[in-house]
Amino acid sequence: MKFSKGVKDGLPIGIGYFAVSFAFGINAGSLLHSWVLATLISMTNLTSAGQFAGLNIMASATGTLIEMAVASLFINLRYSLMAISLSQKVAPSFGTFKRILLSTGITDEIYALAMSQREKVTAKYFLGLMVLPYLGWSGGTLTGAVCGQILPDMVVNALGVALYGMFIAIVVPAMKSHRPTLVAVLIAVALSFAFKFVPVLSEVGAGFAIIICAVVASLVCAALFPIDEAPAKKSQEAR
Amino acid sequence: MELKTYFEYLLVMAGVTYLLRTVPFILLKGELESRFWKSFLNYVPYTVLSAMTVPAIFYATDSRVAGVAALVTAVVASLFGRGLVVVAIVACLTVLGVDGAALLLQ
Repeated sequence: MKFSKGVKDGLPIGIGYFAVSFAFGINAGSLLHSWVLATLISMTNLTSAGQFAGLNIMASATGTLIEMAVASLFINLRYSLMAISLSQKVAPSFGTFKRILLSTGITDEIYALAMSQREKVTAKYFLGLMVLPYLGWSGGTLTGAVCGQILPDMVVNALGVALYGMFIAIVVPAMKSHRPTLVAVLIAVALSFAFKFVPVLSEVGAGFAIIICAVVASLVCAALFPIDEAPAKKSQEAR
Repeated sequence: MELKTYFEYLLVMAGVTYLLRTVPFILLKGELESRFWKSFLNYVPYTVLSAMTVPAIFYATDSRVAGVAALVTAVVASLFGRGLVVVAIVACLTVLGVDGAALLLQ
């Protein structure tokens, strides 16, 4: 499988990532007061929910490094699952050294596309696949952070909800088509309100609050409504 | 925030994220068997995103009313099957609209 085919296949992901990370750049730029620092987060992480939670922990007065580590662990744990299943799918020539260099490319979308290929995935194809998403993700953050500094305050204020809008666009269709996901989301939101407004709970740091909300809601729903097929298979069928 | 603090946080965040992807990619063979943990990991992205969005979206803009309105219009647009970018634009325009209306009423 060729590098150039990977680049071509990665284009739609790259465009989508640009839009999402533009929104991240607006938020990160305004919290960190620097487009360099905002862009560096995207260049070293390549993960939407994880980065955003990390940004909030960085920006909150009470955020600790432990909180950062635990939040990153739980939010990004799904990548481990994808890495395991991707390791079955790659060509034998995709050796350990190449895996160390290219593992950053394991994101929800790139993974799903790699898994949907008929042939075994080679390192060249995977590299091609991750080039434009990586550039789109980093470039989008840069553009968003710079725009946040030059656009009028009223527009920047409005753009502050863009990333939340995208999160809503990811969650709502899943809630609509899968009742247990609806229950999971409602539990998470109820807990999230509790951590914001209930006296003792509101003292818990932002990062830990997100972890507890997500882990409790996911554990409850995994116990009550186990899902038969792996997420990977689902996204393959969706394509 | 001090630059040193920023880089400590960045190192922890990027390091944990990198290891989560790399270690299983190099070491592990075979699928995860447990139906419970597979289901758990399937729910995590949705619960994380929703816990991060509500009630935080209410405080993402200068006015609470605009934040609530943005949540409502974004959910409605998603229910109508609109994609990520359109829903984000709808949310932003809602905030602009509410802020504009507030300015006019002053």
